Amino acid sequence: MADPVTNVETSSARQDGTDDVIQVKDLHVHFHTALGVVRALNGVSFNIPRGKVLGVVGESGSGKSITGLSIMQLVPPPGRMESGEILYKEKPDTAKPLNILSLGRHSDEMRAIRGDDISMIFQEPMTSLNPVFSVGHQIREAIMLHQNPNEDEARAQSVDILQKVGMPNPQRIARSYPHELSGGMRQRAMIAMALSCTPALLVADEPTTALDVTTEAQILELMRDLQNDIGTSIMFITHNMGVVAQMCDEVAVMYLGRIVERATVDDIFYDPKHPYTISLLRSIPRLGTNRGQKLETIKGGVPDPYTTVTGCPFHPRCPSFMPGLCDTVLPVETIIEGKDHHTVRCHLYPGSTPEQVADGDGRVTGTSGTAPNTGRAN
Amino acid sequence: MVNFIIRRLFAMVITLFFISIISFILIELPPGSALDAEIARLQALGGNLNLSQREALEERYGVNDPIHAKYWKWISNAVQGDFGNSFQYNMPVTQLIWGRLGFSIMLAGSSILFAWLVSIPLGVYSATHRYTIPDYVITVLQFIGVAIPEFLLALVLMVTFESVGGLFSRDMETAPWSFAKFVDLLEHLWLPVIVVSAGSTAWLTRVMRANLLDVLNQQYVQTARAKGLKESKVIWKHAVRNALHPLIMTIGGVLPALIGGDVVASIVLNLPTAGPVFINALRNQDMYLAITFLMFFSLLLVIGNLIADLLLAWVDPRIRLE
Repeated sequence: MADPVTNVETSSARQDGTDDVIQVKDLHVHFHTALGVVRALNGVSFNIPRGKVLGVVGESGSGKSITGLSIMQLVPPPGRMESGEILYKEKPDTAKPLNILSLGRHSDEMRAIRGDDISMIFQEPMTSLNPVFSVGHQIREAIMLHQNPNEDEARAQSVDILQKVGMPNPQRIARSYPHELSGGMRQRAMIAMALSCTPALLVADEPTTALDVTTEAQILELMRDLQNDIGTSIMFITHNMGVVAQMCDEVAVMYLGRIVERATVDDIFYDPKHPYTISLLRSIPRLGTNRGQKLETIKGGVPDPYTTVTGCPFHPRCPSFMPGLCDTVLPVETIIEGKDHHTVRCHLYPGSTPEQVADGDGRVTGTSGTAPNTGRAN
Repeated sequence: MVNFIIRRLFAMVITLFFISIISFILIELPPGSALDAEIARLQALGGNLNLSQREALEERYGVNDPIHAKYWKWISNAVQGDFGNSFQYNMPVTQLIWGRLGFSIMLAGSSILFAWLVSIPLGVYSATHRYTIPDYVITVLQFIGVAIPEFLLALVLMVTFESVGGLFSRDMETAPWSFAKFVDLLEHLWLPVIVVSAGSTAWLTRVMRANLLDVLNQQYVQTARAKGLKESKVIWKHAVRNALHPLIMTIGGVLPALIGGDVVASIVLNLPTAGPVFINALRNQDMYLAITFLMFFSLLLVIGNLIADLLLAWVDPRIRLE
């Protein structure tokens, strides 16, 4: 093997000189239920580059939302962070990144980060605003908590931000209650609330899934504009590949609590490597294909969450399943040759077994989590 | 909002009008009349009544009038504040009811207040500490509270605290109102309040717990957390306010239920409230006394509902009209 394995960490070092606002390392989140342990996240590692939009895609139950909630430390009980690190770097020149998981869930430090440094918007705009408080009040609450305790100034600021998200009559909207607004307007209000304190990172958990396509397009355009304006990094959780193409700079594909492929949005669409990604893209209906032709599906279903699959978790459904290898050895993250930012966890690509890793000089960061941050100097 | 209240008041008058017709008919239905009792009383005083005297009395009391004429006679006086005479006590109804209704309303009000003050914090604690030992303890207490009959609880408390019941000490009972009498009242009030509100407190705690558990799963609670709010503020400001609806609605129904339902407790605890007198009036066909109580209970019911609606509108903007 001629040096097939390179360190994944280098991909986060970002040769273009930018850095990561969030770096998740080997995150394990388990849910201890009466029926058994659900391993929602099985060693998730990824980084969110500053000022970029990272799309996180995957089926229901792949752990997308739990990953987002973990960054906020809002994983609901009985979910528990078993191990891993989430390093947060407020500014590019912050000397030492902060491990969010070292803070207590309810600690003042964690609460100071929530809503101020990292904020979140949710899937259901219909239910994510509190029905008994006015929209303005709810936005004001965040501003007064983190930025400006003066109520009148916070009021003016909330009207400003409502204007920024394209509300036609911000003063009136600020006084109105959620039930008086349409779904699209509510999602705009949520975005206004999330961006009111100009966070470094916005976690958007399927923000347009519940909206109709026209509204979806408007909201996506708005998010894109605001992202360019404020420079907020976005972790965009979705299962809609079309939205990914429209919104994201980079994409992480998740399957059963692991990231199986990570690449730029172009590489994901034009040069997908992981069989799961390939199947996922093939199962999207396209204009111009024969009408009589059946749409390809991924055979099988997501396995029962209480069991653990040995080897590669995708092997029972994989079209390129290699007996003896895929069902016994868990593939480690490898870098596609010639593409620094493209990583994949699949035995089809060299350097995917621990033995190969040991042979080469590379380090396995996806599972060890001990590698130093070589790229942090620039 | 003013518009809404005016409309509601108008509807209240109409409701009460229909209630008055129905209750009048119902009370008139049983055979015999209060006049029989009056005649029996006069006979007991001595002297035989001959037929003409009896007819004169019937004429005077309008016993043989058609029912709508009787109703008209009664309602036209009632709206002017004259509710007729009680045959039993041989005095105007108005003199009889005010004091009793007053104590009843006070007892019911204190009981609702007590039920809220206890059930909201307990319910919130129970919901936020689900399946812990304190939660189980609260749950068991709730079952006891719902299941225990009022009279039994009253007796147990009376024996335990060596109370003889009543709302006043013996020497205060007939004394004119003063600060000392008020203090005396407070010293006696707690026992009937606990007895009367035990059931509703237990039930409301259960409702509060269930409701809050529901609300805590709502997305907006997560939104409030994601904003960085303190957990206590997330619970008390964002969640509890959305879980209060059924508790507020209880004012509507609980007010008359407490007044009507405190009969047993009032008898056991020897309370000067409306319940026992009302039951007696019904049993003795003291119709004007009975129907006056009935009308006031109905009035309390509609007022209670109006208060509940206004409070709901205040708590939840989705209910606000206009």
